[in-house]
Amino acid sequence: MTFLSTGFVRGLIAQALGTLAGFAFVTGIRALSGLEPFDPVEPALVSGFAVGALAFLFGVGVFDDWLKWTRGISTSDHQEHDPEKPWWYRYLSVDFDHKVIGLQYGAAAMLTMGIGGSLALLFRTELATANVDFLEHFIFGQIFGEDHTGASLFNTFISLHGMIMIVTMLLGVGALSNYLVPLMIGANDMAFPRLNAFAFWVNIPGAIVLLASMFAGGFDTGWTGYPPNSTGYSAMGVSLFMLAVYIVGFSSIFGSLNVIVTIFRMRVPGMKLFEMPIFVWAAMATAFIQLIATQFIGLSFLMVILQRLFGMNFFDSTAGGSPVLFQHLFWFYSHPAVYVFILPGLGLISELLPVFVRKPLFGYKWVALSSLGIALVGYFVWAHHMFTAGMASYLRVPFMYSTLLVAIPTGVKFFSWVGTMWRGKMRFDTPMLFVLGSVVVFLLGGVTGPPNATVASNLHLHDTYWVVGHFHNTMFGGFMFPWFAAIYYYFPKFTGRQMNEFWGKLHFWLMVPAFLVMSTYQMLTGLLGMRRRIAGYDAALGIEGYQVIVTWAGFLIFFAVIIFAINFVVSARRGEVAEGNIWKSRSPIWQLPNPIPLHNYERPFRVVGEPYDYGDPNGHPYVDLDPSDDAPDEPTTPSDSEEQQAPGGADPAPAPTGD
Amino acid sequence: MRSLVNLIKRYGEYVFVAIFVVLSTYALGAFLTAGAANGTILPLQASREAVEIDELFNVQFWLIAFFFSLIVVFMLWSVIFHRRRGEDDDAPGEDFEGNSTLEIVWTIIPLGIVLALAVYGGSVLSNIERRATDALEVNVIGQRWAWRFEYPESGAVSSDLVLPVDRQVLLRMRSDDVIHSFWVPEFRVKQDLLPATFGDEDNTRELRITPTIKGDYKVRCAELCGELHYAMLADVMVVEPEEFETWAAAQAAECDLEAADCGARWVEQYGCTACHSFDGTQVVGPTWLGLAGSQVLLDDGSSVLADEIYLETSIINPNDQIHEGFQPNVMPVNFEEQLTEEQIAEIVAFIQTLGE
Repeated sequence: MTFLSTGFVRGLIAQALGTLAGFAFVTGIRALSGLEPFDPVEPALVSGFAVGALAFLFGVGVFDDWLKWTRGISTSDHQEHDPEKPWWYRYLSVDFDHKVIGLQYGAAAMLTMGIGGSLALLFRTELATANVDFLEHFIFGQIFGEDHTGASLFNTFISLHGMIMIVTMLLGVGALSNYLVPLMIGANDMAFPRLNAFAFWVNIPGAIVLLASMFAGGFDTGWTGYPPNSTGYSAMGVSLFMLAVYIVGFSSIFGSLNVIVTIFRMRVPGMKLFEMPIFVWAAMATAFIQLIATQFIGLSFLMVILQRLFGMNFFDSTAGGSPVLFQHLFWFYSHPAVYVFILPGLGLISELLPVFVRKPLFGYKWVALSSLGIALVGYFVWAHHMFTAGMASYLRVPFMYSTLLVAIPTGVKFFSWVGTMWRGKMRFDTPMLFVLGSVVVFLLGGVTGPPNATVASNLHLHDTYWVVGHFHNTMFGGFMFPWFAAIYYYFPKFTGRQMNEFWGKLHFWLMVPAFLVMSTYQMLTGLLGMRRRIAGYDAALGIEGYQVIVTWAGFLIFFAVIIFAINFVVSARRGEVAEGNIWKSRSPIWQLPNPIPLHNYERPFRVVGEPYDYGDPNGHPYVDLDPSDDAPDEPTTPSDSEEQQAPGGADPAPAPTGD
Repeated sequence: MRSLVNLIKRYGEYVFVAIFVVLSTYALGAFLTAGAANGTILPLQASREAVEIDELFNVQFWLIAFFFSLIVVFMLWSVIFHRRRGEDDDAPGEDFEGNSTLEIVWTIIPLGIVLALAVYGGSVLSNIERRATDALEVNVIGQRWAWRFEYPESGAVSSDLVLPVDRQVLLRMRSDDVIHSFWVPEFRVKQDLLPATFGDEDNTRELRITPTIKGDYKVRCAELCGELHYAMLADVMVVEPEEFETWAAAQAAECDLEAADCGARWVEQYGCTACHSFDGTQVVGPTWLGLAGSQVLLDDGSSVLADEIYLETSIINPNDQIHEGFQPNVMPVNFEEQLTEEQIAEIVAFIQTLGE
């Protein structure tokens, strides 16, 4: 019964009713105006899902406080928690605590990762043989409708795999930023807790619409959805897919706004920008990209929907539109988006490495600024996805130069990591193993980038499995493996227990080697002539053996993730109790008890040293959690008195106060 | 003496690391470039452009080998020799926080390398775009899921791309529906085909290739174009110039055969076989085996006799009557412009030979 009263369940019910209402409304209007009500069914379906998504948000309750404010009713800054309710009740309902929201993001990310990964297994099985056979099996027709062929199902699965994994990574980034940033800068919550809850919950109806597209005819456009294929030819699943991306886009925009305001306004008094933990820099760079670029993919997808539903011919070249225009709008977000995924991951590598090497982070300022450098250069490289697309030929050369420049700030990160590892006292706990694995895998993604950026070699590589291998390297090295490292590392902070090291190491030793085999053979088949996004391939290419290897490696990766999932659940219930600072970290997060208390820090801490000064055991700690106990000879400065009354957001208040 | 030992102790490991970086770079670079040369990691080098691009690939492979080795060797050295050995969890490593000179060095040197790569890459691009005066023009038309090649010089039309060896070919490409992409891996270059034009806008895109090795290859569509994208292939045959002339003349000749035999030729040339089989297998479109003369069940529940008029209408306005179990909006609607009335009649005659 308690479960049925959670915001989540109320949201789902509201979404179902809202979808039906929206569908009925449009169908009714069509019937009244003398049109065939159900043919085409697409306008009613899209409107239904749009209304349903909005209804979910009302149902789950993210608007409750805002609606009260509009009626002049004030609400408490503190959420009341009924102690009678089980612990998970907060996680399935609207909650303003940044740690709860961070974990909500994280759980949603793991769920979508499981779905996206399962789809990958389905089409990898298909690709183990050259002919289209596996997905022709009748069971898929039973599930997805008889008019699906194996090839069209394949196209739907690869398209959804792409977008679901992107959503997974966006959710993962949300988890990391929300959970870690306030703790690292000594704030007790994000700047806008209600907006934070909204930014999380909008993902849920979005994900549901995204999955629904699979059952509404699917779509064979890839996640890129290029017109005219997406506008005039694909099944109507494409409209739902694009609507879903439009909806989850709100999460990126509002979430990133919150992160930026939090970083600039809610640091503990006295913490300078260059004294922040390095991950915060990465989160900031990521948030700037999300805030400024997300609108473009939303816009381009909205234009496709409008063209499909209302015949607005933005991209129809027979009516004065341009299909290449779409590609510009699309990539203006979708290239910077890859930096949204990797920058937090690279930030985690820089954050964790010094802890396990027991040395300062090499070149802190350079690493911090290289994140902003990547974010900035990232805006000027989008058209390298279009070297063969038929845009003006001369445009390709400047984009080649700008793209190759990305290598410079990325290189600074690699060299700094090597400098950090050099002459340390390295320990190899599971989080560290994943950090080292990330560096190697991301390096492989990095060095395979310039051939794509150079126009002449791109003409061979574009749209082949070389590119597939390359970007899986960057996504796994830049996000997935750091993400696992972070979970192993921060696990005690939200469970009070430690994850099992044996199973953790097994997870690592299965997943990273299997991944390297997979991506290497993907790149090899691409060089030899394997195109992207094909359900069957020419056996004469002589790559069937390699494809079998890639498929087996894919299954191993999946198996390793299952080991991780079991370890996660079992350790959360029965794992070794983790007392205190188990990694001997200098970060303020690790000076707090496990699990972290509801309002984080009792009082604002004071920065008294450098964040990564591991090399000097007699030096200052990074922060002093209890500044009132300081030696009395410290002079009282004006900023000290400010600390007392502006505690960096002690309560989840709607607006920050301070300087 | 003691200071010398210390010096070696302190800096000796850099010498070892440097040696391993060089060895690893050499091993990896030699492996990749040898693989590229003997065809185990790149396809046959069958065009002048492929030669230029493969040289660029070799430079890229050496860069990959060097930078990968540089980071991995340093890292492995630290993993092996700079690890904790029985000390406390928090035993400190060497205490240095950075070095601005090093940071500037590893910003400037890679900057120089990528700029040099960009300049070189740009020159390769301009080399492969060089125009020959006697280039053979071929119009390439892509439509879901077939290729058509028109030779304005001779008037030939074909669904195979036949090319004379050692002569530059200028491919003028466009699509009849969605975006496709022309790629022959052995030629190394790729170009998307854009759909139709509007007003003065010309969406035709050009690609120049000089095939250098006789043989059979395949055009492979490289832009996801719908259900049968994976099967959108066309045969490429690079032949002696004389053989090419003979072939082109035969393709261009008027069809003086029986109507049904001419129809068979048009069916082949205009790519109908991508979606319609002659042997009863159902692909994207209905099979033609036993079609003519049969009662066709339509998707609105009615049925119609597949006579001449039905077949002709289905070619010109394919969406008018949709065969039960098949999708509308799949077949191109422009065959009335592409084919003459006579050709359509001959195709109908051919379909009738496969009928009941």
